[in-house]
Amino acid sequence: MSGSSLMDSLFQRSLEDLIKGLRQQLIGEQAFISKALEEICKEIKSTDLSTKATALLKLSHLSNLHFHGMSFAAFHALEVLSSPRFSHKKIAYHAISLSFHDSTPVLLLITNHLRKDLNSTNEFEVSLSLQCLSRIANVDLARDLTPEVFTLLSSNKLYVRKRAVAVVLRVFEKYPDSVRVCFKRLVENLENSDPQILSAVVGVFSELACKDPRSYLPLAPEFYKILVDSRNNWISIKVLKIFSKLAPLEPRLAKRVVEPICDLLRNTGAKSLLFECIRTVVTSLSEYESAVRLAVGKVREFLVDEDPNLKYLGLQALRIVAEKHLWVVSENKEVVIKSLSDADPNIKIESLRLVMAMVSGHNVSEISRVLVNYAMKSDPVFCNEILGSILSTCSRNFYEIVVDFDWYVLLLGEMSRIPHCQMGEEIENQLIDIGLRVKDVRPELVRVARDLLIDPALLGNSFLHSVLSASAWASGEYVEFSRNPLELMEALLQPRTSLLPPSIRAIYIQSAFKVLVFCLHTCFVRGGSIVPSASMDNFPAGVSASASHESFDEISVENSADATVVHGQTHASAPITKASIVNLLNLVELALGPLLGSNDVEVQERARNLLGFVDLTKPEVLNSSVQEKEDSEGKGVETSKIIKLMCDAFSKELGPVSLSAQGKVSLPDGLMLKENLVDLEMICGDIKPPSSYSFSFGSPYEEEKDWLSFSNLHIKEDSEQSNESTSLLAEHRKRHGLYYLPSGKSELISNDYPPAKDPTLQGDINDNTDDLVEITEESLNPKRKPNHGKPRPVVKLDEVDEKPVAMKQPEPRDDSLSSAVRDVLFGSEDIPPTSSRSNLSNNPSSKRKGKEKQHTDPRVESRENVIDRNSSSRRSKDRSHGKERRYRSPKKKNAEERKNTDQKEKEKRHRDHGRHKSRQRAEEPLKVPAQTSVIPDFLL
Amino acid sequence: MSVIHFVLLISRQGKVRLTKWYSTYSKKERTKVIRELSGVILTRGPKLCNFVEWRGLKVVYKRYASLYFCMCIDPDGNELEILEIIHHYVEVLDRYFGSVCELDLIYNFHKAYYILDEILISGEFQEPSKRSIVRSVAAQDSLVETAKEQTGSISNILAQAAK
Repeated sequence: MSGSSLMDSLFQRSLEDLIKGLRQQLIGEQAFISKALEEICKEIKSTDLSTKATALLKLSHLSNLHFHGMSFAAFHALEVLSSPRFSHKKIAYHAISLSFHDSTPVLLLITNHLRKDLNSTNEFEVSLSLQCLSRIANVDLARDLTPEVFTLLSSNKLYVRKRAVAVVLRVFEKYPDSVRVCFKRLVENLENSDPQILSAVVGVFSELACKDPRSYLPLAPEFYKILVDSRNNWISIKVLKIFSKLAPLEPRLAKRVVEPICDLLRNTGAKSLLFECIRTVVTSLSEYESAVRLAVGKVREFLVDEDPNLKYLGLQALRIVAEKHLWVVSENKEVVIKSLSDADPNIKIESLRLVMAMVSGHNVSEISRVLVNYAMKSDPVFCNEILGSILSTCSRNFYEIVVDFDWYVLLLGEMSRIPHCQMGEEIENQLIDIGLRVKDVRPELVRVARDLLIDPALLGNSFLHSVLSASAWASGEYVEFSRNPLELMEALLQPRTSLLPPSIRAIYIQSAFKVLVFCLHTCFVRGGSIVPSASMDNFPAGVSASASHESFDEISVENSADATVVHGQTHASAPITKASIVNLLNLVELALGPLLGSNDVEVQERARNLLGFVDLTKPEVLNSSVQEKEDSEGKGVETSKIIKLMCDAFSKELGPVSLSAQGKVSLPDGLMLKENLVDLEMICGDIKPPSSYSFSFGSPYEEEKDWLSFSNLHIKEDSEQSNESTSLLAEHRKRHGLYYLPSGKSELISNDYPPAKDPTLQGDINDNTDDLVEITEESLNPKRKPNHGKPRPVVKLDEVDEKPVAMKQPEPRDDSLSSAVRDVLFGSEDIPPTSSRSNLSNNPSSKRKGKEKQHTDPRVESRENVIDRNSSSRRSKDRSHGKERRYRSPKKKNAEERKNTDQKEKEKRHRDHGRHKSRQRAEEPLKVPAQTSVIPDFLL
Repeated sequence: MSVIHFVLLISRQGKVRLTKWYSTYSKKERTKVIRELSGVILTRGPKLCNFVEWRGLKVVYKRYASLYFCMCIDPDGNELEILEIIHHYVEVLDRYFGSVCELDLIYNFHKAYYILDEILISGEFQEPSKRSIVRSVAAQDSLVETAKEQTGSISNILAQAAK
């Protein structure tokens, strides 16, 4: 040995020195660590194993607590591992289980070390090796060491055996074929009387059962015995976990276990076991009323306990019960509500979830009121938690539980004013969504929006900007409901809007545009002489939107008249006179002038548009105001035409459109598609649901509108002179789609949609509504709730094209592990002759399997040995075929189900049979009765 | 695939005293997990419940003196059972070190690991008997000590070097 190496080992820093040095921090932690790492790098290359081991130990300390990579030492760790000394081994194993992972290159070299130690006579070495295997096993290791683990499963040293049992879990997971070797021994250990072994085995099974409970049903009698006999709480908890997975699968089993579990519930003193019992009852045995009552009684004890842990768990248990037995929650309402003000945020959130579970159409306003009050008092995090859950609960399934939308919109407004509110985006979405869907609520929506817009303080809160953008949009879109458009205009143009981000500012300007057009229009209508009030007749008849618009307009005229009365004395701007219009135009020029040079393209563009419009109309307005009515017939005509046009443009209704709406539109006659798109059209034709042929929005003209419904939201200024032209308008939208505001929402434009609660309008679109309803029902949408007495004002369009989604739904994954387990457990007596021959000839492991079969119950079940690496190509073909079949379309499945109407249980076997079905198909009709497997009553 | 995903010991100041990972986490994730969790747990007051929901999992923690013992489990795991395991671990440590304190764990971090390995294997609770744990840890220690005595003495090293 060289001198330097001697010096190294003499003066090597020990782990203790390292830690002391780290704690003293004379030169700073990082510097010290990098110095230490340098030393370690040198030491670890030493030929002396002790030096190496110490270096490795230090390295694992640094790696573990200071997160320094130790992959460079992987090979050195193996060197230390080869040392005959136990102390070295221990350090090496420690380092390896800390640092090795599946892609560690030297992983292959460790197999022999592990094997040697697994066969060691020193139980501690065996234990270390098992411990390490449980951490690092990959496919190769699991495969190569399966025999050793198998031997250890029946070791007479308890210390070793229980570890071997625990390791089996990892080995199974990595190498499912090991199930064939080890499973029998594992099951045998279930009958072991030693609680430690039993605990380990039950632990393994509870993990396995989590993955695929059905495979372990045959073992139910063993588990049942343990459940009844065990006096060990650790074991009982794990067995309960197993039963909570198995019981829902087999009603007879549930019936058997419910009594013993109730006994445990009554008698146990251990809270952990008690809680496990409660959870098992409420999750898996909830049909047993008496058991649930008993469990709920215990839950109540938890709820009133001083210990916050029990309280928390009690609330959690309640939440599980609530899914099936809501009465339990109502019974404990007081405790739950009280917990909302608990000191512990986790308990608060848990009780909030429970409160939300209680919400229904009757109490939603009451509960929301309570919650909003809590929100105002709470810390920001919980406040937003509350708001978020109110929002999501109320909007669930198209606002299913909201009856009074005026109330809800008010609530939304109120929520956005809560100081800590950060749910702006969600509120924004809902405000717009409700505006589009619920016609009746629009006046209230505009009022709420106005209150929000007019408050300059809100502009400073960046969380509210999205709410403000929704408000601005709503007040522009539904300006006809506004009591005082002039005031609205001022709000939209107030100086503090400079605080808004440009995208929202653009929406403000666009809304200001709409409001301005509306004011001008109203002014001239009120003036009476310039635009005849009957102008609405120009709308194409039969379009429902126009009809409704007309009525809106009348209302709005009345509204503004009201406003004159109501607001007359409070604000100067109430009646829309020519003077106020002039003021308005000046205000626009003043406010938007500076924005012409804005850097943001949206803002600049919109400002220009609006100012351009003002330039266009202002001279005329001034003229007409000077000359009053004298010259109105002559000069005002041009202006009024423009105003009229703009007003028409803006008065198109926006409505929600189902994403699949386009699929329902048949190709209009005159429409030429490019030739290379012809193929695409054919494909689309296939996708269309059959109902689409009978469905249309009425006239071809309407269809075209829908055809175009992608592009647009807000229409912009336009110089088109035609007057009667909603269709031209559509053309324009098509051509200038570029200029339309990006929607940001998924809502698209439609011209008409089933009106809510509005019998007068239903005339010509009734058919469409009916169609919609029909389609909805056809689409098997389970969300629809037809139990409302009066028609719901919410417009909703359900997705029709659900088929592709349904097809994707995977059946329970039949992974290799569980199929291996089933192979072993269920045996394979009934293997068809062909496959059994191939089994015997090609499959070495099938011999072992044959032995194991003797142990398991004989089962009427024909299946093959699937997981087999050595299988012939023919068999593997069958297997892949089986896989395909597992993902077959629901339609096919239905057909098959109809064919085999025998048993419910059959369905899952079906998957297994699928594998060799191809071979059997010819004779299938005969085989069907034979295939139905009988589930034995495991416990009788 | 394990009942307990990881075990952490964090001091009140946020220093990590022990980490043990039973599920796979990359190095980067590990630091992130620790940062996140110590942020959540250390800020919680004394009289609150011992459970934290975190990334769809549950973390059960308990404070003993200046140390927080944390274990992460699946949402359907039994929190009270985990609390008992933590307590069990602490009691074994206490018995082994003789009224354990944070310093013991700092200087004997590997022993804390060895003891944890006796209690948990691949995230499963293994050994409910404190006495047998302490006994087997002590037995292993004595194996280590005898080995050390053989190599540790200077004369031995010199003898080796002289070879």
